[in-house]
Amino acid sequence: MEDEQSFSDIYGGRLALQRRCYSPSCLEFCLSCPRITLRSLTAVTCTVWLAAYGLFTLCENSMILSAAIFITLLGLLGYLHFVKIDHETLLIIDSLGIQMTSSYASGKESTTFIEMGEVKDVVINEAIYMQKVIYYLCILLKDPVEPHGISQVVPLFQGGRRQDHLCIQQKVSLGDGGILASSGRQK
Amino acid sequence: MVLKAFFPTCCASADSGLLVGRWVPEQSSAVVLAVVHFPFIPIQVKELLAQVQQASQVGVTVLGTWCHRRQEPEESLGHFLEGLGAIFSHKPWFQLCRERGSKSWSCKATHWQGPTSHAASGEDQVMLIFYDQRKVLLSQLHPPAVLPDRQAGDTTASAGGLAAVFDTVARSEALFQSDRFDEGPVRLSHWQSEGVEASILVELAKWAAGPVCLLLACLLSLVSAASACRVFKLWPLSFIWSKLSTCEQLRHRLEQLTLIFSTRKAKNPAQLMRKANMLVSVLLDVALGLMLLSWLHRKDLIGQLADALIPVADHVAKELQHLLQWLMGAPAGLKMNRALDQVLGRFFLYHIHLWISYIHLMSPFIERILWHVGLSACLGLTVALSILSDIIALLTFHIYCFYVYGARLYCLKIHGLSSLWRLFRGKKWNVLRQRVDSCSYDLDQLFIGTLLFTILVFLLPTTALYYLVFTLLRLLVVTVQGLIHLLVDLINSLPLYSLGLRLCRPYRLAAGVKFRVLEHETGRPLRLLMQVSIACILPCSSKGLREPG
Repeated sequence: MEDEQSFSDIYGGRLALQRRCYSPSCLEFCLSCPRITLRSLTAVTCTVWLAAYGLFTLCENSMILSAAIFITLLGLLGYLHFVKIDHETLLIIDSLGIQMTSSYASGKESTTFIEMGEVKDVVINEAIYMQKVIYYLCILLKDPVEPHGISQVVPLFQGGRRQDHLCIQQKVSLGDGGILASSGRQK
Repeated sequence: MVLKAFFPTCCASADSGLLVGRWVPEQSSAVVLAVVHFPFIPIQVKELLAQVQQASQVGVTVLGTWCHRRQEPEESLGHFLEGLGAIFSHKPWFQLCRERGSKSWSCKATHWQGPTSHAASGEDQVMLIFYDQRKVLLSQLHPPAVLPDRQAGDTTASAGGLAAVFDTVARSEALFQSDRFDEGPVRLSHWQSEGVEASILVELAKWAAGPVCLLLACLLSLVSAASACRVFKLWPLSFIWSKLSTCEQLRHRLEQLTLIFSTRKAKNPAQLMRKANMLVSVLLDVALGLMLLSWLHRKDLIGQLADALIPVADHVAKELQHLLQWLMGAPAGLKMNRALDQVLGRFFLYHIHLWISYIHLMSPFIERILWHVGLSACLGLTVALSILSDIIALLTFHIYCFYVYGARLYCLKIHGLSSLWRLFRGKKWNVLRQRVDSCSYDLDQLFIGTLLFTILVFLLPTTALYYLVFTLLRLLVVTVQGLIHLLVDLINSLPLYSLGLRLCRPYRLAAGVKFRVLEHETGRPLRLLMQVSIACILPCSSKGLREPG
C-alpha cells in the first residue's frame, strides 16, 4: 500500500514523504527533495556570464567568453551529478537489513546497506543549526569489540541537509510496523 | 525471524527437481546452490552430497523441491513431492513453485511433523532473494580462509549474515564440477550449466606458472646473493651505491620480482591483488622501456644526443662564467666587498675551467657510454629515467660543489657572527648547560672580538649573495631531478591491475551488496534481487542485473 504526505524543510522548500509497504516484513520510505528551480539556474548563469563579459571588456580576449561557457556547462553537470539529490529511499527488510539509496539529479544512485546484525538502535538526534535546533534520524551501529559500545552513527536522509526531520521520523518510527523492534529482539 | 531463501538466478528457468544447498539456522536462511533434476535415485543423490560435504566442509543437504510447470501441479505430483520430503527429511522443507512463462512464484516452507499429521505442520512466511551465483562466487566478500587452530565446523558461527551466504557459495566449488549435461548419475543445474567458465589461456598459464616461477625464483636468488656479497659493502662502493638512484630502483625492482615469483601462494585476496599489481607494473615498465629504445634507435637519437652534449655543457659553463662575472661586478646595484668578491669569483671560475677540461677529456667516450646506457632501457623505463636523473646529477656536479662551498662559508660566518654577537653583549654559550650564560671578558678579548665581529658583519652581504645564487641554482637542479623521481614513483606504484579490474570485471572489487524489490503481488511471497555493488572509484550509475523470469 502507498501513502504520501508533504512537509516543508526549514527553508520552506517542499518535501514529499512516500511510504510503501510491500509486505509485513518489508517497508520503503521515499523522501523527495525540492527540485532545482529555473529562477536559481538563470540567476547563476547570468551572474557567471556577466562577470565573464566584464572581464572581456577589460582584457579584449574572447577566450574568456568560451571559458565562461565551459565553466557553466561543466559546473552544471558536476552539480547535477555529485551534489543535487533528487530523492532518497530507505528500504527496511526484516531480519536482513536497512538500505539507503540516494538518487542524484543526473541519475546516479549511491547505495549503502547495513545488515540487521550491525544495527544497535535507531534514534532521533538533535543538532543546533544557526539559531535553531533541528532533529535528524540516525542509526547506531554496534561495536564489534565492545558489546555495549557504539562504533558509528549513520545519519539518514542526508540529501537535503537542511531538513527538519521531526515530523518525518515520527512517521518512520511509527510506520515501520515494529520491524526494527522485532529484529532487535533477535540480536 | 522471517524465513529467507537465497535462490540463484540461473536456476529460475531450470526444470523441476530437488533444491540442494545449505541451511543456516542462525539467520533462518536457506542458500540454494543447485537443482537436481528428475529422474534420480535418492541413494546416489545422498552419496554425491556426502562427497561434496567431505570435499568442501560445507553442510550441503537437500532443502526442498522446485516445481517449474505449465499449470498448477496435479494432486499426484503434489503427493510425490511431499513423499520426497519423507525421504530427504529436512526442517523446514521448502516447496518452490513457478508457472512457466509467468512471473508469479509461490513458496511454502513446512515443518514436517510426521507422515500422518499433515494438518499439524506449520507454514511460515518465506522471503525469496535472488542472487547471481557467478558474481557472488567471484566477489570474495566472505571472510578469509579457515584458521588452522579452528575446527571446520564452527568457522561460520562467527560469520554474520550475508557473509555466511557468500562463504557457502564460495566454498562449494566441488558441487559445481558436474552439471546436467554430464553423463553422471545425478544431473545438476547451477551457474556452470550455461557454459563452463574457464579459459584455455588461464589454465595453460596456471600449469606453466609452477616451473617458470621456480626457475625465475632460483635466478633471482642468485642475483640477490651476488649483490649481497661482501665486495660491494666496502666503503667507496657502498657510498656510491647509496647515492645513485639507479641502484635504488634496481634493488626495488629486484625485491618486487622476488615477491612475484616466490613459490608461496598468496594468503588472501589483498596479497594476490598486490602481486598482480606489481607484475602488471613491471610488464608495463619493460614495454615502455622497449618502446623508448626502439624510438631512440630508429631516429639515431643517441648519436645526436652525444653530439649535442658537449656544446650544451660548454654553454652551461659559459653562462655560469657570465653569472660569476656579474657577481664580481655590482650585482643588482649592490656594492660588494671587492677583495672577497674577487677571491670567491676567481675560485669558482677556476672550478668551472677544471670542469670544462674534464668534460672535453671525456668527449670521445660519451657516445659509447650513452649507447650502453640506452641499452639499459630494456630493464624498464624507470631504470632509464633513474639513469637520466643520475646523469643530470653528474653533469651538474660543479653546481653542487659551488653550493656546498657557498653553504659552508655562509654557515661558518653565521656561527662566527652569533658567537661574537654574544661576546659583544658580554654573554657566552655554556656547552655543559646548553644555554647562554653571562661571562666577564678581558679588555683585549673584547677588543679583538668586536673587531672581528665588525669585519664579519661587513663581509656578510657578499657571502650571503653567493650563497643565495648557488642555492637557487641547486634548487633548480633538484627540482628537475625531483620531477623525474616523481614519474618513476608513479610508474612503480600505480595499481594498474586494480584499475583494469574496475573497468572490465567490476564485481571482483565488490564493496557490498544492495537489494531491489521485484514486482510484488499480494498473496505471493516477497521477492528481492541481491546485487553486488561495486566500489565506486569513478562516478557511474549502478548497473543492474536482468530480472529472472
